Amino acid sequence: MINTMECAVDAQSLISISLMKIHNSRTQRGGIKLHKNLLVSYVLRNARQVYIKEKYAEIYRMQQYEEVMTVCNEIQELNPLELDAEDADDEEQARAACCGEEASLCGTACHRDAAQQPAAHGRAESALHGCSPLEDDHKEPEPSYYRSCCMEASPVSHCDQFPANSSAHCNKTTVLDLDTHVVTTVENGYLHQDCCCDALQCGQSAQSPAKKRKVEFGCCISDVEEVSDFTAARKRAKREDCSYSNPDYTDTSNISNLISIFGSGFSGLLSRQADLEQICSKQVLASLGAWTRAIVAF
Amino acid sequence: MAVRCGALPEIAPPMGEDTDATPTLNHRGFLPDHNYVTEADIISTVEFNHTGELLATGDKGGRVVIFQREPESKTEPFSQGEYNVYSTFQSHEPEFDYLKSLEIEEKINKIRWLPQQNAAHFLLSTNDKTIKLWKVPVLMPMDLMVEVSPRRVFANAHTYHVNSISVNSDYETYMSADDLRINLWHLDITDRSFSILYIVDIKPANMEDLTEVITAAEFHPHHCNLFVYSSSKGTLRLCDMREAALCDKHSKLFEEPEDPSARSFFSEIISSVSDVKFSHSGRYLLTRDYLTAKVWDLNMESKPLETYQVHDYLRSKLCSLYENDCIFDKFECAWNGSDSVIMTGAYNNFFRMFDRNTKRDVTLEASRESSKPRAVLKPRRVCAAGGKRRKDDISVDSLDFTKKILHTAWHPSENIIAIAATNNLYIFQDKLNSEMH
Repeated sequence: MINTMECAVDAQSLISISLMKIHNSRTQRGGIKLHKNLLVSYVLRNARQVYIKEKYAEIYRMQQYEEVMTVCNEIQELNPLELDAEDADDEEQARAACCGEEASLCGTACHRDAAQQPAAHGRAESALHGCSPLEDDHKEPEPSYYRSCCMEASPVSHCDQFPANSSAHCNKTTVLDLDTHVVTTVENGYLHQDCCCDALQCGQSAQSPAKKRKVEFGCCISDVEEVSDFTAARKRAKREDCSYSNPDYTDTSNISNLISIFGSGFSGLLSRQADLEQICSKQVLASLGAWTRAIVAF
Repeated sequence: MAVRCGALPEIAPPMGEDTDATPTLNHRGFLPDHNYVTEADIISTVEFNHTGELLATGDKGGRVVIFQREPESKTEPFSQGEYNVYSTFQSHEPEFDYLKSLEIEEKINKIRWLPQQNAAHFLLSTNDKTIKLWKVPVLMPMDLMVEVSPRRVFANAHTYHVNSISVNSDYETYMSADDLRINLWHLDITDRSFSILYIVDIKPANMEDLTEVITAAEFHPHHCNLFVYSSSKGTLRLCDMREAALCDKHSKLFEEPEDPSARSFFSEIISSVSDVKFSHSGRYLLTRDYLTAKVWDLNMESKPLETYQVHDYLRSKLCSLYENDCIFDKFECAWNGSDSVIMTGAYNNFFRMFDRNTKRDVTLEASRESSKPRAVLKPRRVCAAGGKRRKDDISVDSLDFTKKILHTAWHPSENIIAIAATNNLYIFQDKLNSEMH
């Protein structure tokens, strides 16, 4: 059990600080320091554990509240009083929470942005995101992709599996599909790691609300073609994102690209040479441990 | 115990006093400023030779400066035992690995002396990738200067960053350790194909499974088959080279169980061992992690014999220290000649000494302002924020974290210590108690 009391910053900030350190280590003189990056990955892991626990607690609290509200609604049906706008939102969110895809803890490509509900609403801050197979236009991601962004596999119910996310989210996400070499920029999408979203803190409630967006994610990236691909992706990402006014965005988009790329195996990331042994990461992607260590690799 | 500021309270760096620097651009593009430290001058390693007559320092710019102790003079008692510059040479240059698109820093990570043979001294110096053997001739009366020459270059043996080198007591072999591997070399053979390859290799088959790295390694001072290496997880492994060519299995594993109630975001970082040193007797091990120094008995693997809090007041500040990267600082530690006192550095140019017998400890400061030549160093005290403050105490919040003492060395037989404070070298001598007791 991690004692968070002594830490001046919260888990979310630690995650973003850690990611920045990893990002900066790429350009430090003398090459990437394996030891330091390994230690940073441990902080990252610890912060994520705390973050997830906090979110679970929040979901649980919300779930209990919604159960109470459901009961209240049933009572109200017997007694026709007007529903609050609040309740409508809660129902929306409860629906969002409950009708999710089960495999992944982190939101994946195909989730609905419940936070786009009236942004003024306080509870929107803790909207639940998850896969929504009920949407027609939603594209079913591959199971291997789920595995790639899955954190700890844990036997919880559907509703509990989706960590509540603050409404801070990326407006744009750029992903490089190494299979097709297609760079996809996603509007109002979410990264498959929520923590990155929070770390990026972009575009809060700047978008019009209540839009369902289809999000496409390419396969997570293995870096067989590494440096050139990565650089190309970053350049394309920069071009596409230049219209966005958030001054922090360029850096954060690079981090999101980093995270996409580092879904792949550690050794592949470490070696800068084209290594034909590295297969597309579909088979290589693993759990949180691998993800955090993959970050170390580069 | 009183430590007197020795005959040479401080030694200016070879580049010249920064206060006298003319405002020109040096080759690194930094304008020398009154208070600005040229990064190349930052001392990165300090090491006495086996007799204590010579003291070598390496810096970030790849240079090595050797100091020699003047023989004691009866006519001028205060000049006895002063260290003066003996030789300076460029050990390593920055390199570029085109294959990996990597720059290799010229910073000297470690220097280790070989025992003197014949009329010359030999030392090993290493940067992140390449180890070099240098011959340091003895200055003859007719010589104007000492010319150090490279004798061997041990290259292309390390994929990761070299953190330690250690000369074996057989004086024929030495080892070099990087994050994942330890290489054993024969001093006469530079061709890697003849050297005994990796005596330790902890690289996992799948790098995703990597959980720890090697942080330091050292040979036993007397048993040429034994060596120890420390890990980022806070463990020590004692290995016996007689058991296997590749020492995958340790003979002994020294590990202190973690206190589950003390877990924080940074538990892994602060438990990483930054330095390990055998005692002169070979019976004990001294380790340093971020907040403590520990003495281990080779016969007790379950926990350290003694634990010394170096600067526990930083425990509540780990978050800020993480943000400004100070939490990654690697402090070294040192034994005195009789293994009765241990020493290590801290922040604000403070360094700490712990007497193992009396259990007393002292905090001293290495700075120009606080130490006049030949004055007795005044013990310092750090008080916790809001605590009772005496005169001359310094509060935790006033500590200067840019002034860190990472590298210290203790004369092998006398009470003389060398302290590297950024770009300055301080040498302190205990005049009263020259002999070890």
